[in-house]
Amino acid sequence: MYHRYDALVIGAGGAGLMAAAQLSNVCSTAVISKLYPPRSHTGAAQGGIGAALGNVEEDHWIWHMFDTVKGGDYLTDQDAAEVLAREAIDAVLELEHMGLPFNRTPDGKIDQRRFGGHSRNFGEAPVRRACYSADRTGHMILYTLYQQGIKNDVEFYDEFMMLDLLITDDGICNGIVALNVADGEIHVFHAKAVILATGGFGRVFKITSNAMAATGDGVAVAFRRGIPLEDMEFYQFHPTGINKLGILLTEGARGEGGILRNVNGERFMERYTPTMKDLAPRDIVSRYIWQEIREGRGIGPDKDYIHLDLTHLPPGALEEKLPDITDFVRTYLGIDPVTQPIPIQPTAHYAMGGVPTDIDGRVTLDESNTVLPGLYAAGEVACVSVHGANRLGTNSLVDLVVFGRRAGKHAAEFIKTADLAPLPAEPDFRAKAEISNLLERTKGENAADIRATMQAEMMDKASVFRTGEGLEQVRGTLRELRDAYANVTVGDKGKIHNMALVEALELGYMLDCAEAVVEGAVTRTESRGAHMREDYPDRDDQNWLKHTLAYRTSGGIQMKYKPVVLTRFEPKERKY
Amino acid sequence: MQVTVKIQRFNPEVDTKPHYETYTIEQQPTDRVLDALNTIKWYTDATLTYRRSCAHGVCGSDAMRINGRNRLACKLLIQDVGANITVEPIMGFRVIKDLVVDMEPFFAGYRAVKPFLINNEQAPAGRERYQSAEDRERIDDTSKCIMCACCTTACPITWTNQDFIGPAAIVQAHRFIYDSRDQGAEQRLQIMNDKSGVWRCRTIFNCTDACPRDIKITRAIEQVKRTLLYERV
Repeated sequence: MYHRYDALVIGAGGAGLMAAAQLSNVCSTAVISKLYPPRSHTGAAQGGIGAALGNVEEDHWIWHMFDTVKGGDYLTDQDAAEVLAREAIDAVLELEHMGLPFNRTPDGKIDQRRFGGHSRNFGEAPVRRACYSADRTGHMILYTLYQQGIKNDVEFYDEFMMLDLLITDDGICNGIVALNVADGEIHVFHAKAVILATGGFGRVFKITSNAMAATGDGVAVAFRRGIPLEDMEFYQFHPTGINKLGILLTEGARGEGGILRNVNGERFMERYTPTMKDLAPRDIVSRYIWQEIREGRGIGPDKDYIHLDLTHLPPGALEEKLPDITDFVRTYLGIDPVTQPIPIQPTAHYAMGGVPTDIDGRVTLDESNTVLPGLYAAGEVACVSVHGANRLGTNSLVDLVVFGRRAGKHAAEFIKTADLAPLPAEPDFRAKAEISNLLERTKGENAADIRATMQAEMMDKASVFRTGEGLEQVRGTLRELRDAYANVTVGDKGKIHNMALVEALELGYMLDCAEAVVEGAVTRTESRGAHMREDYPDRDDQNWLKHTLAYRTSGGIQMKYKPVVLTRFEPKERKY
Repeated sequence: MQVTVKIQRFNPEVDTKPHYETYTIEQQPTDRVLDALNTIKWYTDATLTYRRSCAHGVCGSDAMRINGRNRLACKLLIQDVGANITVEPIMGFRVIKDLVVDMEPFFAGYRAVKPFLINNEQAPAGRERYQSAEDRERIDDTSKCIMCACCTTACPITWTNQDFIGPAAIVQAHRFIYDSRDQGAEQRLQIMNDKSGVWRCRTIFNCTDACPRDIKITRAIEQVKRTLLYERV
């Protein structure tokens, strides 16, 4: 089936819906989403959205910018960080005006709380910057933006999965190909502008906070069409996932006063980061949690977890400010966080890397930021790069609102003057071939086996601690899995809601993402932010103060490099 | 532990009516029912079909009837339900395939209550609309809703009366009617007062029992009824 619109938004999480809000009133817009919009993973974000409102104590956008740059271990593009920190304020107010029910201060303003890496006056002490709605801030953002979509009569194509991105021979993006999961039909969407907002790929790791749908669809499809992926080696592990399950327990828990303790009951973060303590950035806290465990100070029969202690919080704090995580702990661990400490471990959480864009969300192709006309990306699928080597807590929500809005606004202007580039004769031939390949093979490998091996190996060798040797091994494993995937079979041959087919396609996307992560990690022979190479333990600004760009070619992945944009802050040693 | 899972199956490309199939698998007692479904799908029968995403009870994808009660498969542990598990689709909507039902009528009910802030005054420049903590508290419970449809499809009125807007839509309306920043209460209360609105509710409490977010749904519906009776928001 053929559809024609001015603009397409792929993905209906926060970034996609924010972009759609800019577009739907000015041009014909379709939002194409693998899930019903309110199922999107933005809804799982808990603790808050950072903005220097200064509602409860003095704060300034430039402090937020500095924290973002330092948090990113100086790989952050500072022009982008400035946009993020400045526009966060307006973005939060816009969300409030749309109806988002933030928690309030006694005088009726948006309440704010502490979060990891957010400080006053360039690192002096933690600052209250995270605007929140209990511990379901992402849920409220997602719903508020979905509500705007309903109000504005946005056209939604729910449960449509992207299969291909259409780019003309002249290098202009003019549409996508998607699978209607409901009936198995292939649809071609022809448009002047496409905004990728498909989210991240946490499911490449065994222990993750990410939804099962977070399989890097947009990242992989772009990669396959020759678009580079930027800084893929930087993958964030959130310090406090529920042990073995990976379910997120917000940093807001530590923002409200929660403490991490080892087997001796010691508040070990004090030893490592005396100023910020438990509220150091996530890369650092995750690393020291593993270090405590490795040095034998873990807890439990296998000494493999750490405690998040909330038992000393004031009465009512958990029920009022952290009700969801209280519920998760009771449901999944059968313990009461009011009286018992919680077993936690770092959990794969967020991709700093992704499809490179400029500060207007336009996808760029190389080290000189050549734009691919008609293609935009925003949110976790994108790399602006505003998070550098490590994202600060709350900044993912800021990112998707600020850059979702910028991408939408820019695209709305772009389509006014752009021509609709004609489609080739058979725009869906690649997608159709891929699907029939998967469905027609009757014997072969089981996708679940390939996926399980990938997830275990990525967790073991490409997570918080990495070595050249381990990465080489996982690179080899991924090559074998790639060969196995070429022979994968789908056990459901039906047309209607073929979930097995969707999962097989997702596995292909995840393998692409995993390969790019590992290739970047092998290449970057230094330690910076979330990328910790034990064989290269120091940050090396001399050689590595630059972004990686990974290109998928017939001869394997090739790397190029792009300079970091430095404006206000010179790289310094990172102390907390 | 060994778990026996009996699942209602229906493949519209093959079957004329639903039937049950039974699977025996190994799971940990602390696994979720969703993990059991995944085990079956990935290693025994790839055609088994259901919706799922977040796997920890916040996205609302995997509402299903588990041993006769509406639950999220990802928020129910096997040790809490036992070694014999029966899984069926939620009731009242057309079954598309296995545990996947047509959610369109459900979302239509949601859209019908104007689920967005209505405020015709210019928002203040450079600051938020103020709201007291007490006013915000009035909508705290209903703003937790994840639209999983556990409540609506547990309601006997919904099963027999296709026109009834259902508990979830009323919860969503409640979230705006009692928002001190909203000016659309009158429009929504008219919808609530309609023949398909709150008066269909017979305070059976199935909705409240079914809610995986522990929203006091019956209380919210009763509050809307009282507001209609006494014309006071």
